[in-house]
Amino acid sequence: MNEISFRIKPFGTRAVLLEWPAEVRTDILEDIVGFVEFLQAGPMPVSQWEFVPVYHSLTLISRSADLDYPTLKEELEQAYSEYPGPIAREQHHWELPVCYDAAFGPDLDTAAAALGMSPEALIEAHTAQPYPVYGIGFLPGFLYLGGIPQAIQVPRREAPRLKVPKGAVGLASRQTGIYPQESPGGWNLIGNCPIPLFDPKREPPCFVSLGDTVRFRSVSRAEYDLHKIEGEVGVYDFKRKYGNAKG
Amino acid sequence: MLKVSKPGFYASVQDLGRPGYRHFGVPLSGAADRLAARRVNALLENDPGDAVLEMAMQGPELVFDSPTYIALSGAGMDVRLNGQELHPDQVYPVPAGSVLECGRITKGFRAYLGIRGGLRIPKILGSRSMFYPVTEGRQIRAGQELPYEPCAGFEAKILKLSPMDLYLEEALVASPGPEFELLEPAARERLFGDSFTLAKEYDRMACQLQETLPAHTLQMITSATLPGTVQLTPAGRLIILMPDGQTTGGYPRVLQLDNRSVSVLSQKKFSDRVRFVENPS
Repeated sequence: MNEISFRIKPFGTRAVLLEWPAEVRTDILEDIVGFVEFLQAGPMPVSQWEFVPVYHSLTLISRSADLDYPTLKEELEQAYSEYPGPIAREQHHWELPVCYDAAFGPDLDTAAAALGMSPEALIEAHTAQPYPVYGIGFLPGFLYLGGIPQAIQVPRREAPRLKVPKGAVGLASRQTGIYPQESPGGWNLIGNCPIPLFDPKREPPCFVSLGDTVRFRSVSRAEYDLHKIEGEVGVYDFKRKYGNAKG
Repeated sequence: MLKVSKPGFYASVQDLGRPGYRHFGVPLSGAADRLAARRVNALLENDPGDAVLEMAMQGPELVFDSPTYIALSGAGMDVRLNGQELHPDQVYPVPAGSVLECGRITKGFRAYLGIRGGLRIPKILGSRSMFYPVTEGRQIRAGQELPYEPCAGFEAKILKLSPMDLYLEEALVASPGPEFELLEPAARERLFGDSFTLAKEYDRMACQLQETLPAHTLQMITSATLPGTVQLTPAGRLIILMPDGQTTGGYPRVLQLDNRSVSVLSQKKFSDRVRFVENPS
């Protein structure tokens, strides 16, 4: 039996929502990653179901028919009782270059001042640890990253920008992330990542998966320009490491 | 080729969408009024998932360079083929060189043009539905050429369907959403009791409603959203997600429309009325 568990709720006639305790925790993330793999390999193949895991929840969407909710609820409870829990799996640790120059990070100085630190200290703190990927959503290729240290949690901007450029690296309260395309946005912009996170010409279109980690590396403008070309033609070396994850 | 001589207000190629990529943040997409898209494909004996042209507000002007058959459905629209008026839910033969002038929508909001064999633009991530940045464009543009297979001698089994007139319906069938129970009883009653009006903000991503519920301070961790999810913003605004809507969101999901009701809503425009009716099942 697993120590953590979820609640099941209907979500319209075609979907069902599984909610783990409402917290952002890596043991919950690992439980969800493992349970998704368990379901896909067994009773709920991807040919019939779509899986949308994010933070503490997993939504299962039927690709065709309306659901029989009571039966499905029972099946999911049964599956979870048979699920051995997260097992060691291959996990990618992605290192992504970020240029924190003023041209890319118009809010770096004000964010650092609000946090009572120098811009250099903010960059150091932002690149000091890997961030677990808790989900991909909102925009194609937008990563929900967790584990942002308290020391760099800064409120979002009062007035959102109408245009945030593609690749912009934002920071707002307990979230940091990369805008995968030009869009409006209210986060403090502190840098830019030259590697595209979403490419519809590739399968899968996003190289990062749920449960991977992302770590940022500060690069100069010259390195940024080089990596941008490498990223566009698909030859950038991520220096990714493989690890084993277990909850 | 189907050549776009005038692009109209907002016309896009759509099929039944792009399932299987939501966990990368890619919305489902596809025809906003799937019932209408299915009707034109059924009339033309196409596959249900063949690509059609979805046309909002003011339609495009198109030229066919080879013979085929077409059908229209969904919203009412002034459409002329070589100067001859066309009617919805019927199959028409189209000789090579024909000009199709799609004018203003007269009732409803989105009209659908089906073509025998479907529009054959390349599939991206398993679908022909236009959605930026998965596809390069959001809508068709002047000068664009949309491929189709020429067809002659098609004998349709069904020549005409009786109209569906979805735009006349005001009731949206909804189930309580995952956060419905967090609402105050008065707000829950208003959701299923009041009538609502479409605001100016409505497109393929979302429809906003003018009337608001009381402001709230409910907090939730970002979770999945679906086409037909009714979100409640902290200011009390109701936002209904459409097929191009985001795959995840942080606003409470107070209701979930059934699929048919997303089609009904897709035929609404600014100042049209809707009300939510609880799904009996």
